[in-house]
Amino acid sequence: MSKILSQKEPYPPGDFAIWIIVYVELLTFGLLFAGYAFSRRVNLQMFNDSQLLLNQSIGFINTLILITSSFFIVKAVQKIKNMTQSNGYKSSIIASKWLLAAMLLGILFLVLKFTEFSHLFAQGITLSTNTFFMFYLLLTMFHFMHVSLGVIILFNLYQKTKIHGYSPENCRGLETGALYWHLVDLLWIVLFPLVYILR
Amino acid sequence: MKYSSQMVAKPYFIFALILLAGEIVFGLAMGAQYLYGDFLFPAIPFNVLRMVHTNLLIVLLLFGFMGATYYLIPEESERELWSPMLAKLTFWVFAAAGVATILGYLFVPYATLSASLANSFWPTMGREFLEQPTITKVGIVLVVLSYILNTTMTVIMGRKTTISVILLTGLFGLAFFFLFAFYVPENLVMDKFFWWFVVHLWVEATWELILGALLAFVLIKTTGVDREHIDKWLYLIIAMTLISGLAGTGHHFFFIGTPGYWLWIGSIASAAEPIPFFLMILFAYNMAKNRRIQHDNKIALTWAKGTAVVGFLGAGVWGFMHTLAPINYYTHGTQLTAAHGHLSFFGAYVMICFTLISYAMPILRGRPHGNGPKSQKVELASFWMMVLGMIGLTLALTVAGIMQIQMQRLPDAAQALGFMETQAAISAVYMVRLAFGVMVLLGLLTYFYSFFVKEEKAYA
Repeated sequence: MSKILSQKEPYPPGDFAIWIIVYVELLTFGLLFAGYAFSRRVNLQMFNDSQLLLNQSIGFINTLILITSSFFIVKAVQKIKNMTQSNGYKSSIIASKWLLAAMLLGILFLVLKFTEFSHLFAQGITLSTNTFFMFYLLLTMFHFMHVSLGVIILFNLYQKTKIHGYSPENCRGLETGALYWHLVDLLWIVLFPLVYILR
Repeated sequence: MKYSSQMVAKPYFIFALILLAGEIVFGLAMGAQYLYGDFLFPAIPFNVLRMVHTNLLIVLLLFGFMGATYYLIPEESERELWSPMLAKLTFWVFAAAGVATILGYLFVPYATLSASLANSFWPTMGREFLEQPTITKVGIVLVVLSYILNTTMTVIMGRKTTISVILLTGLFGLAFFFLFAFYVPENLVMDKFFWWFVVHLWVEATWELILGALLAFVLIKTTGVDREHIDKWLYLIIAMTLISGLAGTGHHFFFIGTPGYWLWIGSIASAAEPIPFFLMILFAYNMAKNRRIQHDNKIALTWAKGTAVVGFLGAGVWGFMHTLAPINYYTHGTQLTAAHGHLSFFGAYVMICFTLISYAMPILRGRPHGNGPKSQKVELASFWMMVLGMIGLTLALTVAGIMQIQMQRLPDAAQALGFMETQAAISAVYMVRLAFGVMVLLGLLTYFYSFFVKEEKAYA
């Protein structure tokens, strides 16, 4: 294990530790998704009625936002990986702009999600309203915290990339952060249809 | 020993071991009371024995952590301790206050103790594990603050390492969450809710940071593996601990009057709680496998690996057995809980104290390469006696818990046995538990003996 942690192989990308985190996150969200599915089966009508109170448009826009930001991250990593000695500085600047754009989209996601939460709380909806909203709030707030952390990570990656801090041979930190952001995106891609759409 | 101020750790270690002996003796007396209800009655009733048993555990671990910190921090910070005098003074104040409190429990009825120490002025007494009089709690705060001050100043003025920063984070967390011991809401549900802020967030969050830092220190010293590798593991373990441990508090909020969503939060977060303990096993064994030096103090590495494995079994496996809400509905407060409590406290926290003591004490006694082979052999025997004794005790309590659930919890109200009838029906298992408890005590006595083993002249 120590070898895996210390001597970087080309694949899998990123630090080995992030893969452990990915598995743990998938396990935790997986349990929540399974709990949601089980409870929905038992209270189908209540789940369907409660779901109508959600704003599907905001959910859909947020899905597009996260997928687009993930694409921007891919572009940033590609730019660093394809960097040559002659275009190193320029590639870093372009990559940092992709990261900045991804980060701004992440912030937009948070703003929209915050608006959605505010609207629901104004209607008096809490964790104790019913099982649907308990799962909805647990899943989305937990995910919201992940996006918030992701934005901080992207900001750090942006800062380091801007000062030419990564190269094709030395971009483990960038890959690790990118992996985290893709995880956040993946979780939302499952969460959105499951909670907002599926009837 | 690199720094002379590390010597202040010695009395802390010795006193922690003495308290451990006391804790086990009181535990055995309780074990005997399960079989012979009037044993020691009316001199020391069960509730007093239990209070002394659990309070001694907490105090001995605090002494162990303090000793470990005072040994570790000068080496990590590459400078002498900020104030060895303060550390010595803290030791005597804490030891005197601790002994006085235990004597108070033993010789003064608890209600009288509460009345005579003006508990009504700021009521904090009477809660499990936090039975200490308010004045003792204030004393604990002062002692812990002086301990944190000493450690923080040493770290600030010296080298900052991942180990020392994580250790300090754990210590600040320990101090912060103890403050909830002073908050006792009138509402019983709220009382229990905030009580867990001390109990759970100590043992399943902040203390795990301390455990991780201490384990990492001994692994660096005994394996010679690069600090960079160890740090990465430590960060991963700590991240997992905090994520799962903080939300995992929810598994204590089942069926106590708190909202139903805690059943889901507690169950799911608890499912992740064994992960940091499992990572600690991988951590310890991989560091041992990739070691760059063959340290003569082999037994310290054995304790380090032992604490990772037994901690995982006790906290991870035995904890997960009953942290899912539908299971906990039946197991809540049975002997299964006691089984988990015993093995997790021993594996994770008592054994990490042994790890540090076994690594540091020989050095503090002028043996930089560890004790001699004969002494280590005796210590290894004591290791297995204590570990097997605790595992046997835990298995016995697990069987007792399952029987209790079968007789007392699963049948409907008309057919279920009462608490005392159930206890009588499982007394044979309590005999086995007591026998393993004796084995643990013999193991500890053997450990004490290992300090006095005479080596061949060439080694001495």
